[in-house]
Amino acid sequence: MQPEGHDIELSVNGVQYRRVVEARMLLSDFLRHELMLAGTHVGCEHGVCGACTILLDGAPVRSCLMFAVQAGGHELSTVEGLSAASGELNPLQQAMHEHHGLQCGYCTPGILMTMTAYLKENPDPSELELREALSGNLCRCTGYQNIVDAMLKAAEMMRAAAP
Amino acid sequence: MTTRFFGAPVRRNEDKKLLTGQALFIDDVELPNMLHAAFLRSQVAHARIRRIDVSAALKRPGVVAVYTADDLGSYWQPGPLLVPPPPIPGIVFDVRTQVPLAKDKVRYAGEPLAVIVAESRYIAEDALDDIMVDLETLPAVVDLEAALAGGAAVVHDDLGSNVASHVRQTKGDYRRAAANAHLILKRRFRYEHGISSPIETRGIVAQWNARGQQLTIWDTTQAPVFVRNGLAAILGLSERQVRVIAPFIGGGFGPKIMIFYPEEVTLPWISMRLNRPVKWIEDRLEHFVATTHERGQIHDAEIALAQDGRILSVRDVFLHDNGAYNPYGLTVPINSQCTMLGPYVIPAYDSTFTSVFTTLPIVTPYRGAGRQHGVFVIERLLDLAAHELRLDPVEIRRRNLIPPDAFPFNNEIIYQDFAPLQYDSGNYEPVLDKALAAIGYEKFVHQEQPKLRAEGRCVGIAVACYVEGTGVGPYEGAKVQVQSNGRVSLVTGIGTQGQGHFTSFAQIVADQLGVDVTEVDVVTGDTDQFYWGAGTFASRGAVVAGNAISAASQVVRKKALKLASEVFECSEDDLVIADGKVSIAGIPGKFVSLSELAQRANPMRGAVKPGTEPGLESTQYFGPPSGTTANGVHAMVVEVDPETFDLQILRYVVVHDCGTVINPMILAGQIHGGVAQGIGNAFYEKLAFDEQGQLLNASLADYLLPTALEIPRMELGHTATASPLNPLGIKGAGEAGAIPVGALFAQGIENALELARKGIELLEIPLSPSRLYELTRKDGK
Repeated sequence: MQPEGHDIELSVNGVQYRRVVEARMLLSDFLRHELMLAGTHVGCEHGVCGACTILLDGAPVRSCLMFAVQAGGHELSTVEGLSAASGELNPLQQAMHEHHGLQCGYCTPGILMTMTAYLKENPDPSELELREALSGNLCRCTGYQNIVDAMLKAAEMMRAAAP
Repeated sequence: MTTRFFGAPVRRNEDKKLLTGQALFIDDVELPNMLHAAFLRSQVAHARIRRIDVSAALKRPGVVAVYTADDLGSYWQPGPLLVPPPPIPGIVFDVRTQVPLAKDKVRYAGEPLAVIVAESRYIAEDALDDIMVDLETLPAVVDLEAALAGGAAVVHDDLGSNVASHVRQTKGDYRRAAANAHLILKRRFRYEHGISSPIETRGIVAQWNARGQQLTIWDTTQAPVFVRNGLAAILGLSERQVRVIAPFIGGGFGPKIMIFYPEEVTLPWISMRLNRPVKWIEDRLEHFVATTHERGQIHDAEIALAQDGRILSVRDVFLHDNGAYNPYGLTVPINSQCTMLGPYVIPAYDSTFTSVFTTLPIVTPYRGAGRQHGVFVIERLLDLAAHELRLDPVEIRRRNLIPPDAFPFNNEIIYQDFAPLQYDSGNYEPVLDKALAAIGYEKFVHQEQPKLRAEGRCVGIAVACYVEGTGVGPYEGAKVQVQSNGRVSLVTGIGTQGQGHFTSFAQIVADQLGVDVTEVDVVTGDTDQFYWGAGTFASRGAVVAGNAISAASQVVRKKALKLASEVFECSEDDLVIADGKVSIAGIPGKFVSLSELAQRANPMRGAVKPGTEPGLESTQYFGPPSGTTANGVHAMVVEVDPETFDLQILRYVVVHDCGTVINPMILAGQIHGGVAQGIGNAFYEKLAFDEQGQLLNASLADYLLPTALEIPRMELGHTATASPLNPLGIKGAGEAGAIPVGALFAQGIENALELARKGIELLEIPLSPSRLYELTRKDGK
């Protein structure tokens, strides 16, 4: 029995893709193994660790808890789309680098995506607010302190740069 | 030589790849024609295998092969003993190592029974349900004491009991020392460590190239050279036919070294058999049972003290859970046994442990590797003794610290590296004082705490000391090579899992060769790039590989100077190496670039002189005679809610001495991460097994890894007592953050809730709000 394929069309980081997928294919697997956008990492496949977080129409979602077919017609953003075409890091990435906010780097893409959405919504968070926003992303290496510092700094940089 | 980089908080070379999603992790390896494997795992902890019927699975479209233990034929054999027992007189040690796929018997829930190979992971997992397994369930062996009692089920039938090992080590004469004691305290302690749970699970990709007769394996291992050697041996290949690549690895913390995990040994065999690449990626639910744990020990410990609080002797008898198999030998319980001595003068010590087979997943080292257990016992004993003797908990520690003039300090027992447990160097009291100053100990105890108590708040303080044996042998090596484009290549055999090796190692090279740190390209964990080595474990990378790198860099520096002196027909003493070139001192315009020297070192005409080699390169090795001993003190102010037993850490201080520091930013990160794992271990993470040996909380929704809300801001301080055991003076730091946290929590919570006054003692880890509720009720239920 050949599983039924579904046509989907979606945009990732501004690029349009059209593919045929099985209904059960996870969005995380689709991004990683069909579109070869492997920067989105999979840590738990049950929606807890946050490593696979991407933006769906600007909102952070766990790509392991969605099927690819559900993303049809939507605009997605992943870690591959964060830095400028010139390769220059964006303020969040740069702050993570400056503050040593990553060690193994496996949880990092999910954290960057969660924080991209969060700092847009709350450009001037307190440390506690930021920690709460970060608490849906697990990191086993850093103890979070340097991530928190990096994100507070990134928020400050972006506020200063805002018109 | 100027040290522009060594010792500086240099930002990491590897960050950009990781921040832009361009680093290669195991599941990013995509190969044409690749198959996917899924493992059928036992649902019960202990059973005889009657029959496994895979016929239905084989019929499923997309399934390529299904294998059980019988299909492996002569390839089926128990794994090697990774660490043989140290030469301790009189020890009992029975080794029973894990097997590729269970045959006859299963010994833990999660042990693999069969492997399915299919065109996609989805199909492979579908087919798991097609396999029919007929098991005769046996009683599980979960409780350590029950495991040793008469009539207990036996995990390895041929042994006749569940004793895996029995080891006694002594120093001095316990009885004689205790005879003069003013106070003898005896307690039972239980300490459980959990799982390392890196955010990336394990995985392996194997690719057999039949034409080239070459096997390439991508593996989330911390020890690629060991894996290469071991797999070559069992596959009947030469080492040169096997290439093991440890790519970027999403955290390791110990369990990513095991020689071999069942998946590690079956995938290469499958790839050779089917002549197709095959991938297996562990899912999180598998990870809870298929990757090794650390788990528990039960200690019956006794301390004898003089009236002034000086330790006279310590006696300890403990049980250690090593799970169903013991491929890692005695490393974890030996670490517990040795680390219990801590930074203290303990004239007499008598320690005996029994390591017990249970029907639970395998125990191997996880960050701290048994040291937590020992530190917990000695630190708690000192707290209890301080209370009895009406001494301040800090004062009793201070009185027992090894004085600075007593180094090297010989503890007279054997450590996990087979060398005598001798502390190389240290200056412990300033570390304690620095921690006390940073936490504001005196002010808190005398001013703040009384005020807080008057307000009805339960805020406590805790101070715990520890040592950590680090930087053990056998050896590591490094090859430093100037490329003809002027960049410098550094390759070493160890793997890397986030420790910043691409930067700290580059710093060592950059200073020696006068190049920028970003001009050093570091390769780790590829056995075709560097042939020899051991791996990243036991806080040894910076110490052992670092010194090899330094030695190789120095040789290359000398070669560069010599070549340049020939170019300029001048003395090497007149030359300066900086900014990617060698110039004549005082005449900056007169220079030759490293790039040009590299090309000259490989002449296209003329000969390489006898006694010299082509290339501006060197390979050097470093093997320390024994490990270095780092030390530290953690201090914490913690508030406990007396109703809910939830807690909040108000201040957290770590002062640490790991000798000479290569990169303080990376070091701080290691400490932060270690403390976070320690906090998880102390208060949030508990592997909950039922009596049948089933893990009840095998998901990240139920097994609680700490989040950004549980981990406090930490204040770090350092002292630096160089190690005399290596030229750079480095000691290891990877595990230090995690080691004393359990002891600190018990002390701090007791202090916050004034439990000593109520006659309640916290003698176990992990604690949790519900466990505190149980322990602080009068009936103890």
